[in-house]
Amino acid sequence: MEGTSPASQAWAIQVQGLTKSFGNHLALRGIDLEVRQGEFVVIFGPNGAGKTTLIKVLATIMNPSSGRVLVNGLNLKNNAEEIRRRIGVVTHQTFLYGNLTTYENLEFYSRMYDVPRLKERIHEVVSMVGMTSRLYDRVGTLSRGMQQRLSIARSLLHKPAIMLLDEPEMGLDQPAISMLWKALEIEGEGKRTIILTTNNLERGFELGDCLLILDKGKIVYQRSTQALDLADLKQAYQHSTRLEHELLA
Amino acid sequence: MSFWRNVIAITWKDALSQMRTKELVSSVLVFTLLVIVIFNFAFGASQETMRLVAPGILWVTFAFAGVLSLNHSFILEKEEGCLEGLMVCPISREVIYVGKMLGSLLFMLIIEAIALPIFAFLFNLILSLQLVVITVLTTVGFVAVGTLFSALAVNTRAREMVLPILFLPIVVPIIICAVRASGLALSGEPWGSLSSWLQIIGAFDVIFLVVSFLIFAFVIEE
Amino acid sequence: MKQSHVFRSGLLGLSFILLVVALYLIFIYVPTEKTMGIVQRIFYFHVPVAWVAFLAFFIVFLGSILYLWKRQSKWDVIASSSAEVGIVFTTLVLITGSIWAKPIWGVWWTWDARLTTSLVLWLIYVAYLIVRSYATEEQRGARFAAIVGIVGFIDVPIVALAITLWRTQHPGPVIFQGGLAPPMLLTLLVCLAAFTTLYCLLLIQRVSMKNDEGEIKRLKELCSWGCD
Repeated sequence: MEGTSPASQAWAIQVQGLTKSFGNHLALRGIDLEVRQGEFVVIFGPNGAGKTTLIKVLATIMNPSSGRVLVNGLNLKNNAEEIRRRIGVVTHQTFLYGNLTTYENLEFYSRMYDVPRLKERIHEVVSMVGMTSRLYDRVGTLSRGMQQRLSIARSLLHKPAIMLLDEPEMGLDQPAISMLWKALEIEGEGKRTIILTTNNLERGFELGDCLLILDKGKIVYQRSTQALDLADLKQAYQHSTRLEHELLA
Repeated sequence: MSFWRNVIAITWKDALSQMRTKELVSSVLVFTLLVIVIFNFAFGASQETMRLVAPGILWVTFAFAGVLSLNHSFILEKEEGCLEGLMVCPISREVIYVGKMLGSLLFMLIIEAIALPIFAFLFNLILSLQLVVITVLTTVGFVAVGTLFSALAVNTRAREMVLPILFLPIVVPIIICAVRASGLALSGEPWGSLSSWLQIIGAFDVIFLVVSFLIFAFVIEE
Repeated sequence: MKQSHVFRSGLLGLSFILLVVALYLIFIYVPTEKTMGIVQRIFYFHVPVAWVAFLAFFIVFLGSILYLWKRQSKWDVIASSSAEVGIVFTTLVLITGSIWAKPIWGVWWTWDARLTTSLVLWLIYVAYLIVRSYATEEQRGARFAAIVGIVGFIDVPIVALAITLWRTQHPGPVIFQGGLAPPMLLTLLVCLAAFTTLYCLLLIQRVSMKNDEGEIKRLKELCSWGCD
């Protein structure tokens, strides 16, 4: 049942039987996933497992080959534009225009998202990520770490309920990574639903409520963080990515 | 309507980007002038001959300049995944098409507005309203189809080569009509004799604006 | 499987018969045309081959639309096979046009309306095939080619119109004009049938080859993932 019935409101994201094929290559082979509002889901997996493909499908950048995806009760197939209003996307590419200034970039995206009280909001998000001093500098002159922080500011402009993060740490050094996570810890706007893909087992364990391992397009492991410790996770990761398993009980 | 608001936002963003990097405008402009001058040497003939070949030279120049500027349109979006950034915004795919198309149109019209007087100066010709109308109409045709192909070509290997191979055969009809019509305009013919050529260009514009609008989504979505 | 084999053998036979009959008609049956002489007989190759070149592109167009709509690779296979056969036929149009032009007009090429339109069609075919091979992945290539197929086909009538208008203003050597006597008409029709059948045969052969290639790829893919 689509639409926004009370039952489906509790779920931020529902994925049923999602497959994605590129010609003969099956990137996602039947994903079933349910994410509650406010949950922090971390997805691990080796390269080529399908993590980026999954994020892209959820972000409506790619169309599923088959299966059903509901975001906040809205069906991906019919309500893609509505869904995009509610999600913020951060990948290792910043979506920022290098020869425009920070302000101009954020102004552009504010317009695209119909953000009310544009100027105020821009100043708000920029101070959230600690970049107020670079507001009128061209984005191309900023370091990689700063650009990525700015990318997070960009994704927060429209106060999305759901955040999709695809390996946001890629290419950043340690100090930049710390700042990145600090920027994401923003509360006070309600608890967001977050889906993060990463190769970093420690960080994922630290941050997530629910941990998934994706391998060769299937979820091969799913556990809540409370029921787990880091050593178990590491073992499970090595185990499930060497062989192919069905979902463990 | 929010459709046009978003379109204008994209077009403005492109215009801003171009004003920032003056390199693009100046390099396409210099290229345009160079091509005109080289053609002049290539034909290097009497005043009479030059009159005859002038329209052809003009449109070959604009076609090549068009390829350069159209190529740039989506190369801009390829950096830092900006095209995906646009796809994640709550807008339809068609908004992206129209926004980018108008951006390219604006850019090309600016180049042509500068190149035409220089062209008239070098060839001792008189610019007329007719020539301006022909130029605008044909440029609309160029960007209607070119924006679609630019989005496509940027996702291939050897992107600079793929765009002209796709684009030039398709715009052959409007180049033919533009050259003929320009020739008539430069000879001071009345509007009536231009009408059949202009009608073909007009029909091309309408048809390919609609077709490109409808199939653009298929280019950018996997 | 057996049914398609029977069908294909039947088609091969029909094609062979028609071509033999066509050759007979062209070289023996039909009388020599009075103004152009023996060279005129190439008309019976040139026109049917041009017809097939455009028919093939129409099939590319249909296949492209169906592929983008249904996303089933079989439509892409039909479109691309038709493009490959079509470009061969288009090349033949240009060659036969040239063979005609040399003895009659003394030039290898005339910017005759039909020939020029065929040249542009040839360039569009090339664009279609190049986009396939220059795409980064196969599926992208199929999608991009479908777009070229659709835009290209819609463009062809406009090209023909513009070129024809251009040539009427600046007339030059024209390839074929004028009415046809009954035996010439008969010969032409038989040749049309023969070449169309040949096109169908080649198309089906190419499609089945591509389907087999696709099947092999799919099996390889399954094996590399470990059979489920």
